[in-house]
Amino acid sequence: MTATAVKKEGPASVTPAPTVGSHVSNYWRRVRGGDIGALPAVIMLLVLAVGFSIARPSFFTAGNLANLFTQGAAVTLIAMGLVFVLLLGEIDLSAGFASGVCAAILANVVTVLGYPWYVAVLAAVVTGVVIGTVLGLLVAKVGIPSFVVTLAGFLAFQGVVLTLMDEGANIAVRDDVLVAIANRNLSPVLGWTLAALAVGGYAAVQLLRHRNRSARGLLTDPIAVVAARIGGLAVILGVAVYVLNLERSRNVLVVSLKGVPIVVPIIALLLVVWTFVLQRTSYGRHIYAVGGNAEAARRAGINVDKIRISVFVICSGMAAIGGIVAASRANSVDPNTGGSNVLLYAVGAAVIGGTSLFGGKGRVLDAVLGGAVIAVIDNGMGLMGYSSGVKYVVTGVVLLAAATIDALSRRRAAATGVR
Amino acid sequence: MSATPLLELRGIDKSFGPVQVLRDVAFAAHPGEVTALVGDNGAGKSTLVKCISGIYPTEAGEFIFDGRPVSINSPRDAAALGIEVVYQDLALCDNLDIVQNMFLGREKRSGLVLDEPTMEQMAAETLAGLSVRTVKSLRQHVSSLSGGQRQTVAIAKAVLWNSKLVILDEPTAALGVAQTAQVLELVRRLADKGLAVVLISHNMNDVFAVSDRIAALYLGQMVAQVKTTDITHSQVVELITAGRSGDLGLTGEPGSNGTGAAPADITPGAVR
Repeated sequence: MTATAVKKEGPASVTPAPTVGSHVSNYWRRVRGGDIGALPAVIMLLVLAVGFSIARPSFFTAGNLANLFTQGAAVTLIAMGLVFVLLLGEIDLSAGFASGVCAAILANVVTVLGYPWYVAVLAAVVTGVVIGTVLGLLVAKVGIPSFVVTLAGFLAFQGVVLTLMDEGANIAVRDDVLVAIANRNLSPVLGWTLAALAVGGYAAVQLLRHRNRSARGLLTDPIAVVAARIGGLAVILGVAVYVLNLERSRNVLVVSLKGVPIVVPIIALLLVVWTFVLQRTSYGRHIYAVGGNAEAARRAGINVDKIRISVFVICSGMAAIGGIVAASRANSVDPNTGGSNVLLYAVGAAVIGGTSLFGGKGRVLDAVLGGAVIAVIDNGMGLMGYSSGVKYVVTGVVLLAAATIDALSRRRAAATGVR
Repeated sequence: MSATPLLELRGIDKSFGPVQVLRDVAFAAHPGEVTALVGDNGAGKSTLVKCISGIYPTEAGEFIFDGRPVSINSPRDAAALGIEVVYQDLALCDNLDIVQNMFLGREKRSGLVLDEPTMEQMAAETLAGLSVRTVKSLRQHVSSLSGGQRQTVAIAKAVLWNSKLVILDEPTAALGVAQTAQVLELVRRLADKGLAVVLISHNMNDVFAVSDRIAALYLGQMVAQVKTTDITHSQVVELITAGRSGDLGLTGEPGSNGTGAAPADITPGAVR
């Protein structure tokens, strides 16, 4: 293979360099072909936000926006972990109560035993990792379907939480650091600084990749598209930080309430880390491969069992972080932490965001977008004064709609060959 | 072309419990040549390939690779020698793109991060080296490719690692006429680049279109391995179905081969 001689006629350089127009039309063709990604979630989010804002002006206030973030945080974090399991076409029904168990451990360690917050956080995350290892071993090595293993976990962990909670009493979480996670805000300056760092970092990564690829003569997205991506992120972050930095206290003289909730940069950091793992490391590549075709992955020398165990570990570990945030927000842990609708909301968030239940397709960002949709429904319908009953029905319908879109787009993708 | 074979097997025996699947099989694959491995269903083609690729252990016999005796005990051993097998299907992940599939399990990295530009360049060079011009973009998902293009990607994946022997298990079985021609052309090009190619096929037209030698298996015995130019279409069919054709193949009663021990006077692996 004489590299320099054949490079000129390589398939990559046969296709004409893409322009902004061809980029847009390519995207449109993929969407029509069934590769819709997170588009339904984004549209749903916009429609819901506009609808609720018209019906209840109080929806579109800085105070409520901050509420949205803290309300949706726990579910979003659990959903981010679930994406990994869903990518293999597996399911983790125990993630909700796993987060409950971890929260109970947290509360016991910090309040009952009186250890500092970081010991408690570590204990909670380690608990999550252990739970995930056991689930993963049962699925990968013993060969029990994940649905059954995690259904058993769902039941058993519920009991574990009850036992840890001394048969129903709730344990308060009063540690300042832990309470701050979901209840305090960054100072406005720090908010702006982090937003600027995020945009700057994203721009650096995008531009470096663009330069690297064009230097090697590979196909690149047009620079205008790259600039638009960076600009888009800057606008979104800018508006969000601006709104969250507005004073939202009812009485400024008593207490000032402004800034980005601390949980937001935590979610953003985990989003960046997990996205990096999935998109830029060979481990992430192998997760997609096993989800797409486990046999091909095995023949390529990938240790399928190890990948399978690891995604359950990540899922339960993220559930632990979700449990910590839930405990922080409620200032306490009770036997129902991580129970009731948490798991279904988390699965719903991942699927609404565009992660396929059939495996092989999904991103961590899906969980965040889907989590936002769920939080908006929950919050908006609460403001409209609907009962929990109606909320559940609507959320169920939205989940069903998302799963329907997933199934239909798969059929369409199979027909057109795009995916 | 070359006088010494790249891979030579002698006296290979393999049985599954009481069923002897391969009996004293001799086989040779020469560099720069396409060797077609033909035989009816159950003749032992797949088993032989799995022995070569290290998936099944053999009970007796020797492997000679590049002039020296080797033992192949696992797929890893085979890959280390430069033996790659392209399976009919199950080799590609639909949800990954061409580059990702070609490097699956052997990704290039710089530190922790995947080195996408290098992989994309290497993939482009490999495909260009095989004169493949049918794929539009290296970044399209494999699910959007036609059957022939998929097979092309699978073959290119095998070539990417400087392999010396490529075994293709029925690469054209599921393809249409035009795509079959495309893949056969690629198979021919592999041999012209100096690789030893083993082609398993049921299709006589394919075999005669592309192969230099034909090896025929009949009920676990290698009944003939001859130059394609020295044999006719109907002779190959006779070898496949009856184990003999004129002075080629098994001597003695063809019907007696399926039972008991092999007759003493047969000439397994007779190369004319």
